[in-house]
Amino acid sequence: MSVPLSLLALLSQGPAYGARIKADFEERTGRAFPLNVGQVYTTLARLERDGLVVADGGPDDEGRIPYRLTDAGRAEVGTWWERPVDRTEPARDELVMKLALAVATPDVDAHAVIQHQRTAAMAHLQRLTRAKLALSAPGSPPQTEPVPTPTSLSDEVVLEHRLYAVESELRWLDHVEGLLLHRRAPQSAPAPSVTLPSAASATAAPSAARPAPDPSTPISRPAAPDTRH
Amino acid sequence: MTEPILQLIDCTRVHGQGETAVRALDGVSVQVQPGELVAVMGPSGSGKSTLLNLAGALDLPTSGQVVISGQSTSQLRPDDLAALRRRKVGVVFQDLNLIPSLTAAENIGLPLELDGRRVSEARRAAVGALHELGLDELADRYPDQMSGGQQQRVAIARALVGERRLVLADEPTGALDSVTGDGVLAVLRARCDAGAAGLLVTHEARHAGWADRVIYLRDGKVVDEAVGR
Repeated sequence: MSVPLSLLALLSQGPAYGARIKADFEERTGRAFPLNVGQVYTTLARLERDGLVVADGGPDDEGRIPYRLTDAGRAEVGTWWERPVDRTEPARDELVMKLALAVATPDVDAHAVIQHQRTAAMAHLQRLTRAKLALSAPGSPPQTEPVPTPTSLSDEVVLEHRLYAVESELRWLDHVEGLLLHRRAPQSAPAPSVTLPSAASATAAPSAARPAPDPSTPISRPAAPDTRH
Repeated sequence: MTEPILQLIDCTRVHGQGETAVRALDGVSVQVQPGELVAVMGPSGSGKSTLLNLAGALDLPTSGQVVISGQSTSQLRPDDLAALRRRKVGVVFQDLNLIPSLTAAENIGLPLELDGRRVSEARRAAVGALHELGLDELADRYPDQMSGGQQQRVAIARALVGERRLVLADEPTGALDSVTGDGVLAVLRARCDAGAAGLLVTHEARHAGWADRVIYLRDGKVVDEAVGR
């Protein structure tokens, strides 16, 4: 889980109490993942139970208890930096589910679903780009080699992730739209009895004068648009 | 409402005749106002290049009208059309933008010199254009003494020198890395914010994110439009 490890990573810079850790966490993650201080203290208690942090002396005048890493906690942080984050388990994504269902549901216009989503994603991308522009020196064009302060670099890292995620989604939508256009032909033609590539290409070949379709793309319309992006 | 710098009014462009005729653009209308950057996206063969050629007065529509700064391209004689292109339209391509044997300032001043302006006057305008983009130090550098990103920013300065207010950009970031590419697009954005009109053809959603509006072409028609603000 990322929040406990993030707190350990912050404590590797020196002892701190909960409110300080919360502020540092939010500042260094582009304010994209707000925490409440109660959550921070609960997490610290759990980390203390697991022997990864200990109280660093008693409470100060305001009753705040600073925490520091134990050797085990330091080792845990080291392992975190070294180990790749596991991204192999796909998240449950409403859009993926919706579009997968849309293309398989006869009375749904999947093109319209794609188009609406693309319009919304593009508008979102434009807003994020505006935010990025505002992040770099406001009022002047950014230089080729920007030298951001550490804080703004964190902000930028988080914002760029969102930009790349939307861009990736847009490319995927375009690709699905291309797939739809290519796959539509056999639905209007008589269904081929065999779906092996060679048989399908023979069925789909519109005339002897036209070169035989590439077996690697067995299902395509003669005038299907190029879907390279 | 201000007069658009570029208007395509119900433009159709048909290449070839009879059975081999290809309708590259089919009843497309686009307006670009001063201060506006419009991106055009679409798969290969969707009509993006045809649209750019019409917008740059490099080609004429089969039907419909292209109006640049109040002048309809179809109603101009060839030499007037050439003058319109020279004076009103700047183009930034993926590469080969600058003449290698000329300095940045000479490259920028060239369209003005071709238009009969004195060398000193062209130089003054070129240096001013570089200054506006914060690129003063590049004035006397040759293209091979500049980075790819610097060359593209100089190309944008040239596209908008003198009375030119329309910049047409065709994948202007080419093979530049993403950070340098962003710097180039930021300059294009800044020039549009300062009153120019821009038409950006791209297949990168990320680049289209810099635009105020994004138009999608498919099979020569506008199928979608996204507005970010």
